[in-house]
Amino acid sequence: MDILVSGLLLAGTYALMALGLNLQYGVARIMNLANGEMLVLGALAAFWLYINAQVSPLLTVVMVGPIAFIGNWLIYRFLLVPLVKRSKNQGQLEVDSILATFGMSFFIVGIMVSIEGGFFAYKYLSETISILGSTSSLNRLAAFLLAVVIGGSLYLWLNRTRTGVAVRAVSVSTEAAGLVGIDVPKMSALAFALGGAVTSMGGSLISTFYTLDASVGVIFTMKALIIVIMGGVGDVRGTIVAAIILGIVETAVATLVDPGLTLASAYFIFLLILLFRPQGLFGRRTA
Amino acid sequence: MKRRTNLKLAAAAALALALPQVALAEDTLKLGIVAHKTGPLAGGEKVTQTPNVQLWIHEVNERGGLNVGGTQMKVELVEYDDKTNPGEHIKAANRLINQDNVHFIVAPYGTGFNIAAAPIYGKSGYPMVAVSAITDKVDELAERFPNLFFTLGTTTAFVEAVRDILVEQRDAGNIGNKVAMVNVADAFGIELADVARQAFTDAGFELVYDKSYPLGTPDLSPVMKGAKASAADAFIAWSYPPDSFGLAEQAIIEDLDVSIYYSAVATSFPAFFGAYGSKIDNVLGAGGTNVDDPKIAAYRQAHEEVTGATPDFWASANTYAALEVLGQAIEGAGTLDRNTVTQYIKDNSFDTIMGTLDFENNFSEKFWTVGQWQDGVFRGVKGVNVDGAVDVRLKDGWK
Amino acid sequence: MSRSGFKELAIAACLAILAGFVPLVFNNYWLSISVTAMMYIALCTSWVMFSGPTHYISLASGAFFGIGGYLVATGMSDYQMSFWLMAGISALVATILAGLIGAATLRLSGVYFVIFTLGLAEMIRNLVSWVQNNFLGSRGLYVLTDFTEAHIYWMLLVLAAAAYFLGWYINRSRLGFALRIIGNDETVARHVGINTATAKIVLFMTTGFFGALVGAVIAPRYSYIEPNQVFSPELSFMVVIMALLGGAGRLWGPIVGVIPFTLVWEYVSLQFPNQTTMFIGLIFLLIVFVLPNGIVGRLEQVAVKIRQGGH
Repeated sequence: MDILVSGLLLAGTYALMALGLNLQYGVARIMNLANGEMLVLGALAAFWLYINAQVSPLLTVVMVGPIAFIGNWLIYRFLLVPLVKRSKNQGQLEVDSILATFGMSFFIVGIMVSIEGGFFAYKYLSETISILGSTSSLNRLAAFLLAVVIGGSLYLWLNRTRTGVAVRAVSVSTEAAGLVGIDVPKMSALAFALGGAVTSMGGSLISTFYTLDASVGVIFTMKALIIVIMGGVGDVRGTIVAAIILGIVETAVATLVDPGLTLASAYFIFLLILLFRPQGLFGRRTA
Repeated sequence: MKRRTNLKLAAAAALALALPQVALAEDTLKLGIVAHKTGPLAGGEKVTQTPNVQLWIHEVNERGGLNVGGTQMKVELVEYDDKTNPGEHIKAANRLINQDNVHFIVAPYGTGFNIAAAPIYGKSGYPMVAVSAITDKVDELAERFPNLFFTLGTTTAFVEAVRDILVEQRDAGNIGNKVAMVNVADAFGIELADVARQAFTDAGFELVYDKSYPLGTPDLSPVMKGAKASAADAFIAWSYPPDSFGLAEQAIIEDLDVSIYYSAVATSFPAFFGAYGSKIDNVLGAGGTNVDDPKIAAYRQAHEEVTGATPDFWASANTYAALEVLGQAIEGAGTLDRNTVTQYIKDNSFDTIMGTLDFENNFSEKFWTVGQWQDGVFRGVKGVNVDGAVDVRLKDGWK
Repeated sequence: MSRSGFKELAIAACLAILAGFVPLVFNNYWLSISVTAMMYIALCTSWVMFSGPTHYISLASGAFFGIGGYLVATGMSDYQMSFWLMAGISALVATILAGLIGAATLRLSGVYFVIFTLGLAEMIRNLVSWVQNNFLGSRGLYVLTDFTEAHIYWMLLVLAAAAYFLGWYINRSRLGFALRIIGNDETVARHVGINTATAKIVLFMTTGFFGALVGAVIAPRYSYIEPNQVFSPELSFMVVIMALLGGAGRLWGPIVGVIPFTLVWEYVSLQFPNQTTMFIGLIFLLIVFVLPNGIVGRLEQVAVKIRQGGH
């Protein structure tokens, strides 16, 4: 029971890290290596506002959403669209977006260091709670609930609304979507901005139980990449399932075998899944 | 000759008064530092190293600079960022030496970086009074790098102090002999755990839980649940900054019932208390200081006034003291010749905020090993050749 | 083609010989920059050998590099082995490992291959730390040798030159031809009867071989090895970035990419000591926009223009 509860709560955290990247990579075709920095930026906002103005991180989450949306929309519009336009194929765009977003990640780290070079150490909602007889904390539950809300509404939005279906169409094929009259650049920008907003909001909440600093973004980027690829690019369900698998496996290994092997086993599962399903759990065969 | 120097001094003083921003090149002592401004060690550097360098330079310049053989020299800092990357560090160290021609350097933050930089600085005779470098190989390293000095202690000393506390508490009948031990699976964590495994077992303790966790573990709750289930009397964690916080958080959530709770690096950070407040009262950690010592108290006050930050309760004072050693050695030797200054450090003792420091075989045997949060202050409870250790209190809940 | 191939090799050989004089001519400062540059040239050249023609982006460099650095450190620190023996063993281990990865990833393509290699490198990093913690129980891994920066530089130069020569040789061989076809269209390659699997695996193994040797050579430079640091994922990313900046389409891409970039990096570190990371990020962005196909792309463009102008 402990494993299930802790594992699911951890899965919620993982989903928050990866859902945004899935939108950005799946729809806008941008392999965003600054994903982790976006997350830490959200965390920094929560920390800074809490320490300096006693703003509740929950309120920050709400504020960070729209700001990150606009910020990421601007990044896409002015920084990435020129790259998308000039690339002749997906490979070229991948190379360019790796270089550009890698540069962006350095840039954001630099900015964050000039705001706060030390640890973002604060605690919020760290009261103990008991879920089905297993102890955990309120902030982790909050993160889990936010993940459920975001994951659920993304899923509904992508499947039940006109815009959502258009976004999904773009993720399947930009060319075909363009042919049926979908405004591909607009949908891509929307997806990229939305992805950034989700990641930053997640970061604000995650900062209530992780002690972060300006330079840790790369850890989150890697985790998010692993989860997105494991679940399959462009499918929200895949990301959620992958997050749950990793959360449960890590907790189970830590509890039953050895905490020293948690991360190794998570990567092992990832490799195993790719060996048997080279397109990820829910991925489409391309060629 | 002497009068000329005095005249020059007076002129310099007049100039300095007239144009406080402009210092004459030959009257400036260039002090170099390669810092981790970004990367994994940036958080630790920012707490322990950066503000103390700032403070020391401020204090020295406030009183007119260092007196080097009759010339008052203001200290000017030349700094670079290595992104916590050893390759970049070596490059930047060479830049300080060959391009900036700095007169002296501040030893880097972190054991690995000190050892990587030692041959580079050593080649040009730079003395390195290292602080954040803890190793059991002091003798071998001192022989190899005669310019490298250690001031913060050895791995074994840190482990033995914890063992001594455990033994004392067991003898007093306060705890049994079951110990839960965890460590971060990285260089220093592995080294400490390795030494401790032997030391604890030899002292008759039973390690009922002995696990490592990887660097960057996202969720430490299984670790704490496992430790709790082991029903240990004492919990010892050889941990790094982010996970010292994470473990305390989980201990609070799980309401870990132990009488001795110890976590290593960063427990002494003011932010640790800032985050958890009274809940972490009576938590033990690596380091410690004696805030009642007037010298330390004055230092802490100056630190807050000049840098706006609270110093940590461990290596901050040592870092400042190491800079005092360097400064006094330069003044004492009366020259900028680095080999002479290095020899001066070996041959003399120094009056610092940590008391009198001297080096035997490049090692200063005066340091705190274990401290404890007691009513919002992290006080030293164990140390080597230090005064003012207070009694260990037992952990009683996480309220 | 064939003659220009030899011309290229001759130029490379001259450059390598010239580069050999660097430690004798420059001071320690420039030497330490050269060591860093040479490390990346060696790593990127061996990376380009595989990833250039096949278009498979590998993020496993950190793993191979780590194997080199770590094995040298454990061997020398805990088992009193010689540096040379451990370097040899690490090269062997990494080559075998690369072979296994190559075989395992045959079905993967595109981004799935990229992230697979990243995940694998991270798994190895964590496994090594765990083994170190539970079975080897180290008191710190020290690599104390009498190698100077100049020695390390020369060893790296030899590695870089060897990688370049091997790459040049493979390019001209049947294997190189096969790889280029794989890069253009793997299905076609299979249809014309090219054993794509063997070609890919062999090439990937050379990447592993050189990666480990570079790691082994760098270990004495770092002196104190932390498993988590030598298996750094950041190194994997840097190798990719540097190679792409130069242009992965040519074997000499890394040389024209790494050298100017190292100098720019140095300039930024000097000018903005407090904001190095931020400005390096800006430089990256600038390069992407100004040099769409890397430096190689720009150079070839210029070359074409000159030729056209001549007629």
